[in-house]
Amino acid sequence: MNLLSLVLVNLGRNKRRTVLTLMSVTVALFLFCALGGVLDTLADAIKFGSESRLATRNAMGLVFPIPQAYRQRIAAVPGIRRIAVQNWFGGLDPANPHNFFFEFAVDPENFFPMYRSEIEIAEASPPQAQISLPADMDPKLAAFMTEQTACVVSEVLMKKMGWKLGQTITLQGTIYPGSWPFTIRATYRAISQAFGGSGMFFHFKYLEQKGMGGSGAVGVYKLELSHPEQAAEIAKQVDALFENSAASTHTETERAFAAGFVSMYGNIPFVLRVIGLAVAFAILLIAANTMVMAVRERTSEVGVMKTLGFEDSTIFGIVVTEAAVITLGGGVAGSLLAKYAIDTSHFNAGGAFPPMTVHWATVATGISVALVIGAVSGLIPAWQASRLRIVDALRRVE
Amino acid sequence: MSAIEVRDVYKEYQRDSQHIPVLSGLTFDVAPADFVALMGPSGSGKTTLLNLIGGIDQPSRGQIVVGGTDIAKLDGRKLAKWRSRNVGFIFQLYNLIPVLTALQNVELPLLLAKMSGKERLQRAKTALELVGLGDRLSHYPRQLSGGQEQRVAIARALVSDPAVLLADEPTGDLDRKSGEEILQLLERLNAEFKKTIVMVTHDPHAAERAHRMVHLDKGVLSN
Repeated sequence: MNLLSLVLVNLGRNKRRTVLTLMSVTVALFLFCALGGVLDTLADAIKFGSESRLATRNAMGLVFPIPQAYRQRIAAVPGIRRIAVQNWFGGLDPANPHNFFFEFAVDPENFFPMYRSEIEIAEASPPQAQISLPADMDPKLAAFMTEQTACVVSEVLMKKMGWKLGQTITLQGTIYPGSWPFTIRATYRAISQAFGGSGMFFHFKYLEQKGMGGSGAVGVYKLELSHPEQAAEIAKQVDALFENSAASTHTETERAFAAGFVSMYGNIPFVLRVIGLAVAFAILLIAANTMVMAVRERTSEVGVMKTLGFEDSTIFGIVVTEAAVITLGGGVAGSLLAKYAIDTSHFNAGGAFPPMTVHWATVATGISVALVIGAVSGLIPAWQASRLRIVDALRRVE
Repeated sequence: MSAIEVRDVYKEYQRDSQHIPVLSGLTFDVAPADFVALMGPSGSGKTTLLNLIGGIDQPSRGQIVVGGTDIAKLDGRKLAKWRSRNVGFIFQLYNLIPVLTALQNVELPLLLAKMSGKERLQRAKTALELVGLGDRLSHYPRQLSGGQEQRVAIARALVSDPAVLLADEPTGDLDRKSGEEILQLLERLNAEFKKTIVMVTHDPHAAERAHRMVHLDKGVLSN
């Protein structure tokens, strides 16, 4: 026997109470880390995109398009290597309208080469005819390139929706009304998790001809730069081109563009943090109450131990350690459970965010919070026990 | 030199604004290997005196020297260390830790000593064998009779090999037969191992087993 085994024996006195307290700490820390996971995911979403790419949109907001006529003028700005179209589609699967996922109309000959380091083509239909592709485009996209209604879908979305390569799916347009048939000609997987692994891309020409009625507009232009360090300067030059136009532009880095979406969630991160702290505080009170009860029941034993020569500091340490073991055990279990459950859920709000994850730093924070809760919840009973006069403690029984 | 010297000791308690004197100018000595019975009516200050000798309470005034150490001058930490080495306590209600086995209860005071786990275990076993409980090592207090529990408590008091044993009504909660066994054990510890024993008791039959009786009444010696 040693002092640690004495601590464990004490915890085993009232097994039901210890287990229930441990479980309440586990649940609380699960919640704490799950909320932290939401914050982590939002942080990842902000990291989406590159600092070396720019996004040009209508200065009035994303819902307003910009003229396609801008393309040549933007492309002429020195330092811009490539320009690609990205247009939000907003279609729904009629069979499952609540299953949201993102769809973008893109000009594939520019878009896919631009993102070649972030996604890879996993599987593709064989091409019907030989065509020449841009040099830096994945040759697996040949079948997709020859068919205007073809689309490229993420592996995750394929699995989720139960779709097969070569299958024709029909989406219901919301921004661009009507039924939209698409044939899945390729699947992709995101190399970078922050890219968001649950989307669909199709030809902008298809959208333009069927849904835009020749408006000559586009949602966003993505700009690949030759010298990323000039991003700020180039953004200014692009916006200056259209400063006095009917549709003036706002150009920013892709990362800032993505962060703009996250900022639409307003103070949700703050609310989540407050909830997390409230949970931690509630569990602190529960743990403290448990420890106060546990020590009060052992008042005479504390007196006996002091009589035997245990110093006040040793008694203090034993009680604090008991509290820390309960909360640390629950904290480790709850934090790891949250990490496992959330990471394996692959939930990404239909592709609006990267797959939800709990960072190891959040797990470590959860465990630290548990340890602090343990120490703090044990402080009062430990202090009371250490200050207890032997004669008073022994009198409780005799 | 006396094993215990009590010199002009006063003990008062304060309750609200009221001073309650418990011991008033008490002076007496206990020789090494003596066996003293402290007797007196309830509230006479017997247990208070025992607590003062054992260093679990401090006198309001006066001097208490045990084994050459003036314990009234020790601070809480030094006093705790001193208790662990110099005195063994035996309580009326045994005060064993219910979640520890007999062996673990006896081992408990040795956690404070610098010795290996193996040595601790050996000493605890020896102490339990000495009190006749070598076959009850893994029994919990609830699995033992009152007499056996008290013997475990005596083993716990003995295991650090203190010179002084302080017993507060050690037979008070036992039947006559068990009480007799405990008294025999205390006599043996006194005779064979030269332990100085101070025993508080109400029982004249138990007090007769001591070498000498000290009577307290209202905080002063009455004989």
